Amino acid sequence: MSLLSVRDLTVKFAMRDETVTALNGISFDVAKGERLGIVGESGAGKSITGFSLMNLISRPGYVDRGEILLDGEDVVKMNDKRLRQLRGDKMAMIFQDPMVTLNPVLTIGQQMIETLLAHRKLSREEARQIAIVKLREVYIPSPEDRLDQYPHELSGGMRQRIIIAIALLLDPELIIADEPTTALDVTIQADIMELLLELCQSNKVGLILITHDLGVVSQMTERTLVMYAGRIIEAGRTREIINDPQHPYTQGLINALPQQTLPGHKLRQIPGNMPSLTNIPPGCPFNPRCEYATDLCRSKLPEVIQYGEVQVACHEVERLHAEGARQEQNA
Amino acid sequence: MSTETVSPRAEPSRWSKIVNSNMGYSFRRNPVAVVSLIIFALIAGAAFLSPWIAPYDPYDPAQIDIMNSEYPPAWVSGSLPEFVLGTDDQGRDLWSTILYGTRLSLLIGICAVALQAFLGISIGLLAGYIGGRLDNLLMRMADIQLSFSTLMVAIIFLAVTQAMFGSETFNQYAVFFLIAVIGVAEWPQYARTVRATVLAEKKKEYIDSARVLGFGPMRIMVRHILPNSLSPIFVISTVQVANAIISEASLSFLGLGMPPSQPSLGSLISSGFDYIFSGSWWITVIPGVVLVVLVLVINLLGDWMRDVLNPKLYKG
Amino acid sequence: MKDMNAQTPLVEIKGLEKRFDLDQGFLETLKFRNGRLTRETRAVHAVNNVTLDVNRGEALCVVGESGCGKSTVARLVAGLLTPTSGEIHYDGSRIDNRSRAEMQPLRKKIQMIFQNPYASLNPRMTIRQALEEPVKHHFPSFSAAEVRDKVTEVMMSVGVDPSWAKRYPHEFSGGQRQRIAIARALTVDPEFIIADEPISALDVSIQAQVLNLMLEAKESRGLTYLFITHDLSVVEHFGTRVAVLYLGAVCEVADTATLFSNPKHPYTRALLSAVPQLKDDRPNHIRLKGEIPTPINMPQGCPFQSRCAFANNRCRSEPPKAIHQPDGSLVACHAVEEHRLDEDAIGA
Repeated sequence: MSLLSVRDLTVKFAMRDETVTALNGISFDVAKGERLGIVGESGAGKSITGFSLMNLISRPGYVDRGEILLDGEDVVKMNDKRLRQLRGDKMAMIFQDPMVTLNPVLTIGQQMIETLLAHRKLSREEARQIAIVKLREVYIPSPEDRLDQYPHELSGGMRQRIIIAIALLLDPELIIADEPTTALDVTIQADIMELLLELCQSNKVGLILITHDLGVVSQMTERTLVMYAGRIIEAGRTREIINDPQHPYTQGLINALPQQTLPGHKLRQIPGNMPSLTNIPPGCPFNPRCEYATDLCRSKLPEVIQYGEVQVACHEVERLHAEGARQEQNA
Repeated sequence: MSTETVSPRAEPSRWSKIVNSNMGYSFRRNPVAVVSLIIFALIAGAAFLSPWIAPYDPYDPAQIDIMNSEYPPAWVSGSLPEFVLGTDDQGRDLWSTILYGTRLSLLIGICAVALQAFLGISIGLLAGYIGGRLDNLLMRMADIQLSFSTLMVAIIFLAVTQAMFGSETFNQYAVFFLIAVIGVAEWPQYARTVRATVLAEKKKEYIDSARVLGFGPMRIMVRHILPNSLSPIFVISTVQVANAIISEASLSFLGLGMPPSQPSLGSLISSGFDYIFSGSWWITVIPGVVLVVLVLVINLLGDWMRDVLNPKLYKG
Repeated sequence: MKDMNAQTPLVEIKGLEKRFDLDQGFLETLKFRNGRLTRETRAVHAVNNVTLDVNRGEALCVVGESGCGKSTVARLVAGLLTPTSGEIHYDGSRIDNRSRAEMQPLRKKIQMIFQNPYASLNPRMTIRQALEEPVKHHFPSFSAAEVRDKVTEVMMSVGVDPSWAKRYPHEFSGGQRQRIAIARALTVDPEFIIADEPISALDVSIQAQVLNLMLEAKESRGLTYLFITHDLSVVEHFGTRVAVLYLGAVCEVADTATLFSNPKHPYTRALLSAVPQLKDDRPNHIRLKGEIPTPINMPQGCPFQSRCAFANNRCRSEPPKAIHQPDGSLVACHAVEEHRLDEDAIGA
């Protein structure tokens, strides 16, 4: 049985004049210890997916329908007490900005020990020892001293390590990381990602990594969901998706990367912009930007179908595949 | 999420843009603001139309008969039907006098605030944009100015001018003296707010962009920074109008403002004060109520505007 | 292009330094130490002795991590900041000590594109106003119709529909705003454009659009770029030469192809290895110890020595000089100079 099972999750925002659908019928599973990447551009709904998994969606947003089963228990229907137990204990979340997540007026030690005491029956000294062990696990030098420091005394990379240590404090089964390294530099990002990967593998912790960076997803995850305008448009094993993307949007996203074009040549760009959620075009949401769009694409929303190894929501996937094969033969 | 795409559509008219803007929307949703605006519009409209609405002209001695003094309002026994709100101690129709008085109070309030705004915005822009020593100098001046209360400065100034020019001349130009003293005394409020917004706006890249394009400091201040600093200016302006009206009323109440022959709300309250124990309460109470309502609705409008325009509370 | 100037670089940066004082005002500089009142100023050493040339028609990319001073270099060259010491020459004449009036003729030639398209356009100006303003300012002899034609031409060239001119910036998406910002810089027909992280605030699919637009403008208008970025994959694609900055100092300058195929400075190597790759599963990520020191207390000697695996006593005491390598690159590293690096790298 999978650890997390999301079925037909639909999240709406009641705006001033209308109701906006931010997530539209999202379904996916995460097995125990599995690492899943959610990729998309801003406005695709990837962060809202992360928030709704923790039941952190607040007004004017609400879960319209669907369920989020964590070990068979529906997160959407949980009461606050059970939710508080669950957050940290079973699921933990790592946010983009480490400065916002840590409370600036409490020391690292206070924040870690309070979290432990709230969930476990421990003495203060025992909690302190656990905190030190967890800090050591994320390679924080001299953890005993760090416990008495305030967040502002630490560098960005160090803070993000501490946040990971806090997320791991209660040995959760699933970590949701929302752009955990976007605010960090490349060399620090590489360190943090390596650390996260190592911890997930050694502790058999599931990971949902939300990011816009295909490179990061490619190195970190086993399976990937690609989101566009509040829907999953492609899902499958990360290798398959990176090496042989089926959906024209995924293809475009990968082809648009500078690495994919010879230096100095024009990049293969996707024309246009992501539609705003208030103004999603009829049919396939990607159709105005898609070079393969047909009349069917402009009128009917494509269902998610199994195609080879991946699930993809595209009417023209067979034709695309045939054309791709022909081009390869010609080349 | 700001991924609005621009699609070809008809340009909406200016009015519908205002109605559908965030301000228009929050206004319609806020009954306090709607009621406040209606009351304010009624008071201001009546005040500025007073020459046409008022049954008598309180400035015209020919229309005043001392024999008519201290008639109570219409709903109290012993009243005369032609004086709806009664008459004051000099026999002027209170309704007409209040209308004219409100007009004077509003006029002084608005003009004083315009003067404050002009001084404060110029000084604030200079201090914030140029910075350094000039900023230090101007802001210390503002601190010194703020450490005297407005009323204290005004009382000293008005008392001295009254003594210098004699009360005849003073009474003639009282409106201008009041505008000048209230205007000058409160510029630091504007200067500080404007300076703070300028400092915030100055860091933004569009200012750098203007500098790279070679625009001069005047152009950058007036064309680029000022239009983006208008929200806080609007907010303090409403509060300042209310404050200026109160200052004017206080000064007039103390006898340093408008003379009894040309009463503002404050001097009306003051002149009625002597009769309050002889039973003629209406001369003080009715203009007092008008003053309180006027100041209250302006402040409520200011509160609403602050909530709407505060970027921390409002994210578009 | 002028033939006689083909040899001299368009922009020469010589020994550029910029320090920002942390303690402003006399009272803040007073410190009570060891029972004695002393006056000391702390300063952020944002840029330290940077020497760089930008040749005509090239795109020089400056890369580095946050706090390495790359944006400060851009702002110094654009004249938004004045250098603490050092010189900046444009087309043979010195520009860093000019007054605003003396800079005026160069303002047409040097333009800048900023990182955040949400902040680089005045929110209270329509697109038309924003684009016409620089034209009117720099070409005062233009008639209203000429101004309009110029703006329309630039708008078309960057792919902004001229019928949008009446709208305000908030009605556009990030990518469209960045196009408009580029259009604004192009309205005065510049020859040199400083781009400070122009695509890092944009989505992946939009990044490609904006990069393509900048490449097109480079070819059709003969532009020279100083391109500031932290994204090495963009550098590899866009840059003709690369300068790697660390803690306000230049580590390595080389042709793009040379730098990516044969990086020499240990920091460049670490930086390149840290870029997440799309296709290979096992990157040889070089782990750096520690984190970037703050530029307030600069380490002695080589700025990189506190994190460098090859640092020895010389690195800790003596700052390295930039030395020309056989393949034309310029590297500031004692270990490279002493050929210590490659044997160690094999050993590790």
